[in-house]
Amino acid sequence: MTVVEGREVALVDLLDRLLAGGVVITGDITLRIADVDLVRIDLNALISSVNAQVPSPFEELP
Amino acid sequence: MTGLRYVYAVCRPFGTPLQSQLTGVAGDPPRGLTHHGLVAVVSHVPERDFAEEPLRAHLEDLDWLTETARAHQGVIDALTTVTTPLPLRLGTVFRDDSGVRTMLEAREEDFRRTLDRLEGRVEWGVKVYAESEPQETAQPAPKAASGRDYLRQRRAQTRSHEEMWQKAETFSVTLHEKLSAFAEDSRLHPPQNPALSKASGRNILNAAYLVPRAHSEEFVEMVDRAKGESTGMRVVLTGPWAAYSFAGEEQLTGGEKQ
Repeated sequence: MTVVEGREVALVDLLDRLLAGGVVITGDITLRIADVDLVRIDLNALISSVNAQVPSPFEELP
Repeated sequence: MTGLRYVYAVCRPFGTPLQSQLTGVAGDPPRGLTHHGLVAVVSHVPERDFAEEPLRAHLEDLDWLTETARAHQGVIDALTTVTTPLPLRLGTVFRDDSGVRTMLEAREEDFRRTLDRLEGRVEWGVKVYAESEPQETAQPAPKAASGRDYLRQRRAQTRSHEEMWQKAETFSVTLHEKLSAFAEDSRLHPPQNPALSKASGRNILNAAYLVPRAHSEEFVEMVDRAKGESTGMRVVLTGPWAAYSFAGEEQLTGGEKQ
């Protein structure tokens, strides 16, 4: 359904929306992981674990 | 009933039942929990995976995150075929049904206002990549004969880089202005990390646009036209998505919050 140009939805596009979009519910009643900063940190850790060899685009000039 | 409650979305009541084979994030079929004229779409999840500590640990696990994100999206997708859902952030979990009802009650006004705003709208994603790598790897610089040659090469390289980023920036800004003028609303996501996207080139623009379903065809045509406009620029369209990127704002009246 959410497919354009015949490809499966890419995980990164999904994570942009699921981890940074959506309604954030706050309050004592939830056990949510909804804090953007927390998720960003988790995601950064995740990205660095995915492939440590891929250089950051900001370091391309030696 | 044991387990925690995972909430995918809040909707207005919808007549059509969800597909019976639909499974949620932990394999439990989602169901509607109606309260005060709103429906929370909920499934049961085990405490060992979805309590705060294990959930936090799981978010660092790419396989788990992938599976959970796809299951969450599967439910949202199914909902979009029968209604306009208001998606919640991934990993919104409550202790029990009464916690979900309390939340619905507490946020009732916000939910109704946002559901009205999103009714009949979808989200389109547009990304622009600057394809830099091919030229660079195609012609490796000749070995510099002297320090002066080396510096000259470096300067030329830096200049062509700068020109390319400048061009990419201008192209992206122009496209974004055009698309956001057509769309009802827009959001800029941070450029994607190539380690995770595995896409070539550098991601310059990563934007989301809120567009009425009825105007989507026209929007897609605008994006298609931009695809051939500039060499070295790759334009990628995704969607239609449920309005994930536009679900967040509760205080719309005061304009954009910083």
